[in-house]
Amino acid sequence: MSATPNKNVEGKSPVREEMGGYRMHLMLCAGTGCVSGGSYKIKDALEHELAKYKLRDEVTVVMTGCNGFCAQGPVMVVQPDEIFYQRLSEKDIPHLVEEHMLKGRPVKKLMYTPPAEKTAVPKMSEIGFFKKQRLLALRNRGLIDPEVIEEYIARDGYKALAKVLTEMKPEEVVQEMIASGLRGRGGGGFPTGVKWKACREAPGEPKYIVCNADEGDPGAYMDRSIIEGDPHSVLEGMAIAAYAIGSSKGYIYIRHEYPLALERLKKAITDAHEYGLLGKNIFDRGFDFDVTIHQGAGAFVCGEETGLIASLEGRVGEPRPKYVFPAEKGLYGKPTVINNVETYVNVPAIIQRGSEWFTTIGTGDVTDNPWGGSKGTKVFSLVGKVHNTGLVEVPMGITLREIIFDIGGGIPNGKKFKAVQTGGPSGGVIPESLLDLPVDFDQLIKVGSMMGSGGMIVMDEDDCMVDIARYFIDFLSSESCGKCTPCREGLTQMSSILNDICEGKAEEGTMELLGELAYTMKDCSLCALGGTAPNPVLSTLRYFRDEYEAHVQDKKCPAGVCKDLITYYIDAEKCNGCMLCARECPQNAIEGERKEPHKIQTDLCIKCGICRDVCNQDAVFVR
Amino acid sequence: MPKLKIEDLDKIVEQQKKTTSLRDGAGRVKITVHMGTCGISAGARKIMAEVMRCVEESGASDIIVTTSGCAGLCSREPMITVEVIEQAPVKYVELDEKKVKKIFDEHVMKGNVVEDYALAIGSERTS
Repeated sequence: MSATPNKNVEGKSPVREEMGGYRMHLMLCAGTGCVSGGSYKIKDALEHELAKYKLRDEVTVVMTGCNGFCAQGPVMVVQPDEIFYQRLSEKDIPHLVEEHMLKGRPVKKLMYTPPAEKTAVPKMSEIGFFKKQRLLALRNRGLIDPEVIEEYIARDGYKALAKVLTEMKPEEVVQEMIASGLRGRGGGGFPTGVKWKACREAPGEPKYIVCNADEGDPGAYMDRSIIEGDPHSVLEGMAIAAYAIGSSKGYIYIRHEYPLALERLKKAITDAHEYGLLGKNIFDRGFDFDVTIHQGAGAFVCGEETGLIASLEGRVGEPRPKYVFPAEKGLYGKPTVINNVETYVNVPAIIQRGSEWFTTIGTGDVTDNPWGGSKGTKVFSLVGKVHNTGLVEVPMGITLREIIFDIGGGIPNGKKFKAVQTGGPSGGVIPESLLDLPVDFDQLIKVGSMMGSGGMIVMDEDDCMVDIARYFIDFLSSESCGKCTPCREGLTQMSSILNDICEGKAEEGTMELLGELAYTMKDCSLCALGGTAPNPVLSTLRYFRDEYEAHVQDKKCPAGVCKDLITYYIDAEKCNGCMLCARECPQNAIEGERKEPHKIQTDLCIKCGICRDVCNQDAVFVR
Repeated sequence: MPKLKIEDLDKIVEQQKKTTSLRDGAGRVKITVHMGTCGISAGARKIMAEVMRCVEESGASDIIVTTSGCAGLCSREPMITVEVIEQAPVKYVELDEKKVKKIFDEHVMKGNVVEDYALAIGSERTS
């Protein structure tokens, strides 16, 4: 990646660039997932091969942000024909360039073949994963080089900022946001316009704009991908917010763990400055706005807005009670708007196309009540036991079934769907019976989960719900800041109770105790982290009580996960005595003669599961 | 870089038009150069270069140039197919650079099919 702004990428012919005369653009994904899969090596290989056939003046390689279909990475889309290549490696490139770029014959074996089908699908728009998505926040995904500001402007970037500065009073911008019904995408779902209005009207100068890019939920990476793929849209959204509330200073609080997003953001800020899109007197309209990046040190609680403000001020990242909202007293005690990355990128789209258009997408009615529905789209990171893991953007109101089965392609290895976890550690699990639930802020809360920032973890029959609850509680227990007792002690106790259940040491009445503890934490914790922390326990108790009962009463783990409650056996009828498991067993716990059924010595077995993994006959089972 | 004025945004949009329309796959005309082994050995690369030169010279931003494999009529290569939006595609055969230039000026820019070089109008049935 070049460090200097707006130089042509090395090797591109500047003349050609000026004339825009490439016949073919190879849109290679440079999101974190694909980069770790070798995108930059593939780029070098492509350029080398293109040079070999003297095609460098005709065909260009463009490094884009995350394409979303991370499961199949590294991915590349060939335009103008929209041919989608996946799982590329360096060694595929010589053949690909010779066949497709030189001879014009798209290479079938590098295209995507949906599970359970035999023929490859050449075009991106025909692939199920992309077909049902609706891109607003990710409107530029895969279509621009995030490091070239002109490409953002070419897709009408910064026009919404120009529009508000020339045609709209700040109050009108606030009103437009209220009318759009946009609600905070970071998880809380607070109406964005209402927050802006409160901040605009709050006394105190200066006012601040903060972008929360401290995405901490396990398995969630929406914000990272947005910043990596389209950093200018974040800056533009923040600038519009600043104009609306009367601020001239913005901060982006980004996780330390996001180096690529950080680098692209820095470059975007530098380039925007050079073009005068940040800084003093933007578009000569007397509006100043500047953005500073602040790197977080990786505490989950700093995603909570008051914790974030404390950290931004250089204090320990601890939340405070919100009797007074940050909109009135936020950063340095001044009125502050804090919104999430995804919220900001929606702003330019709403300004340009109007709130009325925005309200046609989504659920409910927000005409008189900003809480009356969920408008627009939501980006989810779809992960776990699902074929097409990746980043998806869908209209609010789509069902979980459509997301998991139509877009996600269902559950791999012929397993059965069990539950989906939404909202990260503060959310809950949703069982199969609720798969047709329309996804929006209020519906998810009704069933005991929440939208959260958009993590969506799919689980199959091999996942133990008690173990899942334990995982999230352990995560939260180590991330609790410890300031208030219900959260700090509650999580520690919960973790120890759940450990007892998983180890078969729990007694009658344990589930009631868990429930009581959960409600105490919900009611008495200081911030949202503690207040929502019991959700994984409450939702699993609600929908999978039978699994808890099996652990507590029968000392069994039905999913075969909790080691203390299971024993490995070999089915003597299926075992053909190949000796593979005996050789691989790290404990030498498997005995038996060649061609004779084997047996596991349970006193030596450490339940690592290697025997089950290596068995070709499916003869190892758990009970 | 100079500080941008609001009008400059549209200038950049205009400058980048070729890029955006190519990536959106939205062009007024699509020119396909047939580049099978037969096409290449008959000189399709030169034809491609000439097509690209013509596009650049015209300054048009709504023309998409793409390639495809052998069109099945190897003896009459090099070939191109010109497809104006919402019109039947036209295949041109036995081309050289001069013919390409003429096809470009007449058919692509003005919409008049150059019948002298055309093989046929329409595509083969594929189903």
